[in-house]
Amino acid sequence: MAEKIGIYVCHCGSNIAGTVDVEEVARWAGVNVKDVVISKDYKFMCSSLGQQMIEDDIKKEGLTGVVVGACSPHLHEKTFRATCSRAGLNPFLCQMTNLREHVSWVNSDKEAGTVKAKSLISAAAERVKHQAPLEPMRVKVNPATLVVGGGIAGLQATLELADAGYHVYLVEREPSIGGHMAQFDKTFPTLDCSACILTPKMSEVGQHENVTMLTYSELEEVSGSVGNFKVKIRKKARYVNYDKCTGCGICVEKCPRKVIDDVFEVGMGHRKAIYTPFPQAVPRVPVIDTANCTYFTKGKCQVCSKICPTAAIDYEQQDEIVELEVGNIIMATGWKLFDCKKIPQYGYGRLANVYTNMEFERLCNAAGPTNGKIVLRDGKTEPKSVAIIHCVGSRDVKTNPYCSSVCCMAALKLEHLILEKTKAEVYAFYIDMRTPMKEYEEFYQRLLEEGVHFVRGKVAEVTDAARMPDEQGKLIVQVEDTLVGKQRRIPVDMVVLMGAIEPQADAKEIGLKCGISCSMAGWYTERHPKLDPVATMTDGVFVAGVCQGPKDIPASVAQGAAAAARVQGMITKGEVLIEPIVASINEEGCSGCRICNTMCPYNAIEFDEEKNVSRVITALCKGCGTCVAACPAGVITGAHFNNEQIFAEIEGILWDAKPQTEKKELQTAK
Amino acid sequence: MENFEPKIVGFLCNWCSYRAADLAGSARIKYPPNVRIIRVMCSGRVDPTFVFKALADGADGVMIAGCHPGECHYIEQNYKAMRRFSMLKHTLDAMGVESDRVQLVWASAAEGQRLAEAIEKLVSDVKRLGPLKWPANWQEDESRLEALENIVKEHAEAMEVPQ
Repeated sequence: MAEKIGIYVCHCGSNIAGTVDVEEVARWAGVNVKDVVISKDYKFMCSSLGQQMIEDDIKKEGLTGVVVGACSPHLHEKTFRATCSRAGLNPFLCQMTNLREHVSWVNSDKEAGTVKAKSLISAAAERVKHQAPLEPMRVKVNPATLVVGGGIAGLQATLELADAGYHVYLVEREPSIGGHMAQFDKTFPTLDCSACILTPKMSEVGQHENVTMLTYSELEEVSGSVGNFKVKIRKKARYVNYDKCTGCGICVEKCPRKVIDDVFEVGMGHRKAIYTPFPQAVPRVPVIDTANCTYFTKGKCQVCSKICPTAAIDYEQQDEIVELEVGNIIMATGWKLFDCKKIPQYGYGRLANVYTNMEFERLCNAAGPTNGKIVLRDGKTEPKSVAIIHCVGSRDVKTNPYCSSVCCMAALKLEHLILEKTKAEVYAFYIDMRTPMKEYEEFYQRLLEEGVHFVRGKVAEVTDAARMPDEQGKLIVQVEDTLVGKQRRIPVDMVVLMGAIEPQADAKEIGLKCGISCSMAGWYTERHPKLDPVATMTDGVFVAGVCQGPKDIPASVAQGAAAAARVQGMITKGEVLIEPIVASINEEGCSGCRICNTMCPYNAIEFDEEKNVSRVITALCKGCGTCVAACPAGVITGAHFNNEQIFAEIEGILWDAKPQTEKKELQTAK
Repeated sequence: MENFEPKIVGFLCNWCSYRAADLAGSARIKYPPNVRIIRVMCSGRVDPTFVFKALADGADGVMIAGCHPGECHYIEQNYKAMRRFSMLKHTLDAMGVESDRVQLVWASAAEGQRLAEAIEKLVSDVKRLGPLKWPANWQEDESRLEALENIVKEHAEAMEVPQ
């Protein structure tokens, strides 16, 4: 059958047309590319009119292949495949080529851009002639969902799904769910108590019939794909029998070993060797910290075991691997605080009364180590003056170039709490005040009126080296006040550093387990930064909360709910379509050499001993094509990426480069 | 030679490098227009024949780009690309194709800048080397034919099992 190719070149307004002569490309393709029966340019090909044009042409001209030269296929491949489908053309007979991201946007020379665009169009046209109609595979979606991370974003996602009647496995690394929000005293700008609004959600999750909580557990391995993931979770040994423990807490009370709590209390307070991170922990089942437990270190004690009324203590417990099957995964792994020691001139870790914001949160918290009293490290003196330094590790090319987005508001909240709880003078050192959300700017205005001394300037140094008598025994903040245009030295009793929000140290590693990638800064990459901020490039894996980028509590909650909504959509639909890009082996040509067997990381190629041939198990194949490239007999075909197609693409892309000794096939006009 | 604009074919993996190229575009990072990109699902899909085909069809250079080692979307297939690449280099060397003409690059989906820099480097390397004109050029030069025959010999020797 004679091929009839239609070529559609998009202007994308001036996005492509600005540096590519789009009309010339369309004209040229119509004349010079073989089998092209129609070649058009259009202002916005993805508009309904543009799509209608393609549909009409397919029907009228009986096109056998469509080439769309527009933006990245990652943006609009689905759109144009659907367009073709509607007109009765198999969607895999539509080839998109990227004239925007790969040509016009990276190039300012219109002539060179036009040549490059011609190459890509020619490549796609040559390729599409070799493309075959394919049918997407249909896969059932397992209605259970895995949520990784029990912070507020993960909790929200869990509740949305569980309330909708679907089962959720919630995995949390720490012994209790709650995340960072559980550590805060108040939330901005409403100043409602963080625990008071969080703990009801925690207990709801804890008691929900559709939720299986896996706390003190880590994501070990993910296999499978959208609709049918197989997940391995490592349940770390708690040394407390989860089913027997009633959460009475008597073991914690009687445990003689007191240690500094570096996690929940960020080193500000103590916990026992057997502990729950905080009183409202969900679940109430404690864990034994074996590094500090007297029994585990010295072999004696066993007080907890002796006192436990239900004999729940089990020193022999081992880590356990739990295998789950889920249809979708929501990653809500959160963040960690910037290590303020990385900016040594601010003195954290060296000068006693320099605190991080998380330490200060604990200091303010009524349930914290000082019962909410703001005192210096000596544990009794109330500071007479406090400096709060914004942007520590944010907006700084030496550490993190990005804005952590919440610290201005968090700082304002802490400043308010200091004014409320002490008689101290409060100095706030900021670069720019960023208060963009609902009622945030109003809160800033309120603080201005409450009498915080705002100093605009990046702090140079915090030091205890006094130069003046009134600086004796104080911490001196050296700063250029950029509004006054002067260097200032401000002596204070206490300094709070607003540390940046950073990705979890192992975010990348965990992301790779489920096939999602990180940005340069380490945040999980969403499918589209504007239009698809909860999906990822891996189907069936969604992101929510700060792991996708710094954001405040309302935004995390919204994103958690959004991710859950997307998952619900998948579950209700019941099945997903998977691209049929898989390998297949022509058994007649297979010599049984088994080279391909070892190439496949998914064990998707089985060997038939009897017939001495290898065979692809389609359901396991992910379509990478490595075996196709490896087969010495050339009998493995990668659907939609076979040798013929790629060879044709190479020939087309080099339309203007064929060595002069050979005839230019492409130059024949239609 | 002065106005030589090389033609380079890039085989970019769908998950990392192709997206890095997309990102370079969205960020309007400018780089030379010489590299024409072909999308493959994985750098492991790049059959050495693709490279020969591109060079034979008039390309002056080839870029193969994939996810960083350890970050392959398909677990470990970029390692296979890496292994294949070193064999390919060996063959190209023997055929008299300068090794800078074919480069293997790792760029994650977040590294638009890195990909643009790699393209710039490849283009400037190939510009320095001049046109490949292969195999038209090669047919006139018998020493390369000899070299090609030697590959077969070398290969046979390498495969021989010592007695």
